[in-house]
Amino acid sequence: MTDVILHAEDVHKSFGRLEVLKGVSLEVTKGETVCIIGPSGSGKTTFIRCINHLEKIDGGRIEVNGQLIGYRQKGDKLVEDSERNIARQRTQIGMVFQRFNLFPHKTALENVIEAPVHVLGEKKEQAIGLGKSLLTRVGLGDKFDTYPGKLSGGQQQRVAIARALAMGPALMLFDEPTSALDPEVIGEVLSVMEELAHAGTTMIVVTHEMGFARKAADRVLMMDDGLIIEEGTPEHFFDEPTHERTKQFLSKIL
Amino acid sequence: MHGLVAVDWHVIWQQVFHPHAILWHVLWATVYISIASQALGVLLGLLAALARMSRFAPFRWISAIYVWIFRGTPLLVQIFYVYFAFSWPSLNFGIWTVSDAALAGIVALSINEGAYMREIIRAGIDSVDRGQMEAAKSVGMTYGKAMRRIILPQAARVIVPPLGNEFNNMMKNTSLLFTIGVFELFAYSEQNYSQFFIADYFLAIAVWYLLLTTVWAFIQAWIERRLAVSERGDELSFGERLELAWNPMSAWTRGVYRR
Repeated sequence: MTDVILHAEDVHKSFGRLEVLKGVSLEVTKGETVCIIGPSGSGKTTFIRCINHLEKIDGGRIEVNGQLIGYRQKGDKLVEDSERNIARQRTQIGMVFQRFNLFPHKTALENVIEAPVHVLGEKKEQAIGLGKSLLTRVGLGDKFDTYPGKLSGGQQQRVAIARALAMGPALMLFDEPTSALDPEVIGEVLSVMEELAHAGTTMIVVTHEMGFARKAADRVLMMDDGLIIEEGTPEHFFDEPTHERTKQFLSKIL
Repeated sequence: MHGLVAVDWHVIWQQVFHPHAILWHVLWATVYISIASQALGVLLGLLAALARMSRFAPFRWISAIYVWIFRGTPLLVQIFYVYFAFSWPSLNFGIWTVSDAALAGIVALSINEGAYMREIIRAGIDSVDRGQMEAAKSVGMTYGKAMRRIILPQAARVIVPPLGNEFNNMMKNTSLLFTIGVFELFAYSEQNYSQFFIADYFLAIAVWYLLLTTVWAFIQAWIERRLAVSERGDELSFGERLELAWNPMSAWTRGVYRR
């Protein structure tokens, strides 16, 4: 039990009448890299947005590091937690967005140290040290003082990864991190993510990059119509998928 | 020689280059009333903008009614009502006294200004990509902290240009306070006129207003440039911004907007 990082149980989510998640359960242990694939509209992005409570859930429960996310237990019911508590919970969950969402009025380094200094209350010199080493780790050692507007998409996404890592999160979420990138820069982002995966970062990656899933994932999940319909090791998954929908999807995408 | 159209240059020269000590007093009155009213107006506008975006419906209604009333009625009527409906104290800060009328004037101008600022601030906040709030939340910021540190600094770039124009208007609108007995630039010229019946006193005071708004145009250009520096690779030079502030038409001839 000790090294379970994510415990999601029967998660339900609807947007109006549209039921997007129909009972998703997932357990992720420390150091694991889990890739979620599936057709668009299958609920994979919604699911990882629920993990850090960017979306409220309508049913089920999500725990990260043994802590209930977004809600408080009140008897046998869950009530939404205070804004402050939710914010605190999010500090241990890093998120990388499809469209980077860097803070455009801050340099690469300022983007990375913003939350350590102003959320965690770290000393600025200490945060700068950490920030520089993280930016160097993602290959941007020469871009500390550059504003996002002057960085390529691939560079921006690597800054965004460093920004998320700077909080020292227990879990990293990647929401289609390469979908908005030009083909020639996808590789540099994926190789950073591969390096993270090999270094033992616990991460959940929603992606269409099957090559990455095959190389870096410990486990691959297929989502369709609001449910996880198949999961397994990359070998199992790509070589001998059992579910008919998975076969169809893979034949279309590979 | 002051006929119907001839200008009495002597009066203007005197008033502009050798003003009576009283002029510094009334100039200061115009300046501090403008700054105080604009500052409070921005604050009220910010509160109203946040109320407008609140999840709590009554806040949204209050915000809507506020804007509806204060944009829909004449400023002069508001000034009179605020002044005469309540009894205002005069504030004494040692060498500097704010009269009861000036205080009422500041309150009326700020409330009126807040109604206009609400729309400007809301448009600014709306202009910031939604992903910014999500990114700020994902690194553990609360709504308030995300607003202060991430959203508002970016909204400022959109808010500042119209805010500058509002302040320009504000400096001119303070002249309305003459009607409730505030002794400011315009009141002073009116006093001179009623003593000497020389209309050029008005012209002279217009020069002083022009001076104020011109100085402000420089300050505004400087602020806008500072805000632009941070995120654009193709920002304008200081000279270009000054030229824009002076002469908006030059933007087209120079092709600044076409980049």
